[in-house]
Amino acid sequence: MKRVLSGLLLIVLAATLVVSCGGKAGTAKGVEFVMGNGAEPQTLDPSKIQGVPEHHIYMALFEGLVGYDPKTSLATPGLASSWTISPAGDQITFKLRKATWSDGTKITAQTVVDSWLRSLDPATASEYAYMMGMVVKGAADYNGGNGAKEAVAIRALDETTFQADLLGPMPYAVDMMAHYAFAVLPMHVINAKGDAWIKAENFVCNGPYKLLEWKPQESLSVVKNDKYWDAKNVFLSKITFLPIDDNLTAYNKFKAGEMDWSYGIPLDLIDEVKLRPDYQVSPQVATYYYIFNMTRKPFTDIRVRRALTMALDKQELVDKVTKGGQLATTSMVPVMAGYTPAKGPDFNVEEARKLLAEAGFPDGKGFPKTPIIYNTSSGHKKIAEWVQESWKKNLGIDVTLVNQEWTTFLDTRSNAHDFDIARAGWVGDYLDPNTFLDMFIIGSGNNDGLYANPEYDALVKKAATMKAGPERMAVLQQAESFLITKDQAVIPFYHYVSQDMIDTTKWDGWYPNPLGSHEWKYITLKK
Amino acid sequence: MSRFIVRRLLSVIPTFFIIVTLSFFLIRLAPGGPFSREKKIPPEIMANIMAKYHMDEPLLNQYFRYIGDVLKFDLGPSYRYKDHSVNDLLGAAFPVSIMLGTMALGVALLLGTLVGVTSALNQNKWQDYAAMSVAVLGISVPLFVIGPVLMLVFALQLKWLPTSGWINSRAGWKTVIMPIATLMMPYFAYIARLSRGSIIEVLRSDYVRTARAKGLKERVVIAKHVLKGGMLPIVTYLGPAFSGIIIGSLAVEQIFVIPGIGKIFVQSALNRDYTVIMGEVIVYSLILIAANFVVDILYGLLDPRISYK
Repeated sequence: MKRVLSGLLLIVLAATLVVSCGGKAGTAKGVEFVMGNGAEPQTLDPSKIQGVPEHHIYMALFEGLVGYDPKTSLATPGLASSWTISPAGDQITFKLRKATWSDGTKITAQTVVDSWLRSLDPATASEYAYMMGMVVKGAADYNGGNGAKEAVAIRALDETTFQADLLGPMPYAVDMMAHYAFAVLPMHVINAKGDAWIKAENFVCNGPYKLLEWKPQESLSVVKNDKYWDAKNVFLSKITFLPIDDNLTAYNKFKAGEMDWSYGIPLDLIDEVKLRPDYQVSPQVATYYYIFNMTRKPFTDIRVRRALTMALDKQELVDKVTKGGQLATTSMVPVMAGYTPAKGPDFNVEEARKLLAEAGFPDGKGFPKTPIIYNTSSGHKKIAEWVQESWKKNLGIDVTLVNQEWTTFLDTRSNAHDFDIARAGWVGDYLDPNTFLDMFIIGSGNNDGLYANPEYDALVKKAATMKAGPERMAVLQQAESFLITKDQAVIPFYHYVSQDMIDTTKWDGWYPNPLGSHEWKYITLKK
Repeated sequence: MSRFIVRRLLSVIPTFFIIVTLSFFLIRLAPGGPFSREKKIPPEIMANIMAKYHMDEPLLNQYFRYIGDVLKFDLGPSYRYKDHSVNDLLGAAFPVSIMLGTMALGVALLLGTLVGVTSALNQNKWQDYAAMSVAVLGISVPLFVIGPVLMLVFALQLKWLPTSGWINSRAGWKTVIMPIATLMMPYFAYIARLSRGSIIEVLRSDYVRTARAKGLKERVVIAKHVLKGGMLPIVTYLGPAFSGIIIGSLAVEQIFVIPGIGKIFVQSALNRDYTVIMGEVIVYSLILIAANFVVDILYGLLDPRISYK
């Protein structure tokens, strides 16, 4: 019997050996780059994408009229070699360079017109089409089913000249056009194949890379596109995107040298991660904040809102709780070129107690037990616990913590408005204060706290029609100060930082930038 | 027997229909929907999307449309992974989970019986205590602990294995070792304990005593009589174990980034990707129904006391 057992044991060992020796070796030529790309991409169709993982892939496969500068995130020439803005600031004319799709078909100004109209077509059901509606004349009406296709004010003046009329002098319009909402699409394939154009066998693109293969939930690889107009300056020969949801797995994979770039940091390991030379932190155009439900007592009282705000030491939060290099703030809008954010009230326990007492809650007595809602995540939980403790210690009030799964949370906060205080975060879509301010106007779909101040709305709307310059920025700053001081509709906590793992002593052309937009064509290996 | 099989097969249809109907309406009760976003989609655009996916129709119409599609083996489009149909997604992921599950169960079976038999033959000696301690550990430590610990030791410290990925990745077949080792653990432990118990019971039975009394060699007694009798409970356990190991690979797929159905299932529930959830429910219920069906038949074949009329 013992011999039989030993025999079985041998078989098991042999099987293990066979399994462990079966590895394939990578054989592709050139320099390959592997990226941990968060979630599985939802789609490759630029009209339908939304989200960061898709954006990374989009930047490899497609190029719009303009691209992102790798250092500033501002517009750089892409498919358009240059552009001019009319004296009134409400019309942009782009000059297209000679470029083709990966199948050799020419890209013309008419291709751009047709692409934009396809994204706006209600039948396409594009989620980000509203961005075009924000700047291009006639776009919102057509997209919303209230206007004709012909009324969208875009046109091809000749084969290489494309022109768009704006709703007004919109200084941020050109920078916005680097966004995938303004993508140029292979209309000759879309017209022939319909929704199946996205299948690997039909797929055509115009970016520095083309699709090699896509194995759902496993990997997506792209290889250099020789038809790209600037192909000689594209360095990486192949990029593989791995969909890894789990932050710990992503970090371990990076640490083991199996990936070259990864984002998503396991929060529990932040102390270890922070010490690594390949940990890159840079300010992001994004804010973490809490919103008050402006229709519920006692938060209808400005003194209560301000007292709660002033009782929180945000510096302590970023130093002792989040610890990832986040920037403590009292402002809603992060610092941007030409804009100095308005300043909210500082941490001041004495003043906070006084305000609370004036509002009828001396030492927190009689203050209703308020729930704070946040979406389930260990990071949000830690922050909420810190808030709970600070308010208890500084004001003597008790709050409870309620966590909800993401979709349920969105429903509670944004549709039902069924909360007193809720966690929120906002990432700017473009580099202008407007992206943080226009969501708080009356009737905005993102005004979850139901903040309503016609004076504020008037300022935001006024800025939308002003020409670029310090005067416009002053109006926006005035609006912001309504939001965070006079009305205190929100409590800003900190500005996010993007946290990436990439060895910049090895890779060149990857720079921290405000929108986290890293164009692939600039990335090279350092000598 | 054949009449029993036909009757059982027919009873599958209403069971399946009830599962699909209940799931269809239950998942719609969850707050939010597939297009809930932090940056809210403007109402006009939301209307476009709803119309595209027929979600603007009354729920009952949507239900009948869905049932009609399912009868044509079309599980619909994924609301989240817009370039894929649910058939595509599950078609790619299902074989991966089956492969992972089968390999893990195979290893668990082999190692489990090996350890169980060794334990039983050395009852109350150190081999027995050592083996059963490992088995208790295997049953009590959850998969989401075993996985990361293995990763830490074998991938990050010793660097013998890749941290994650699946067969098609650069690391190839090496990627399967840790997921299998993790996933098989509770099954291995259970099979080891099960086989130890049943072998000990058989060793004490009259027919083994008779075999020994006849003067048969110990090796023959064990191989011919003890093992055969002792394996019965394990065979009956394999049915539920098989469906369990495929459904239970959720955590392992998440940790080791394996493109199986478990990973899709978790995501689809969080994303309210209704059609994918429904597709998964259908696949999972088919596995469960099939596994129970096979076990029922096996009982009849293995145990002469049970007969089907």
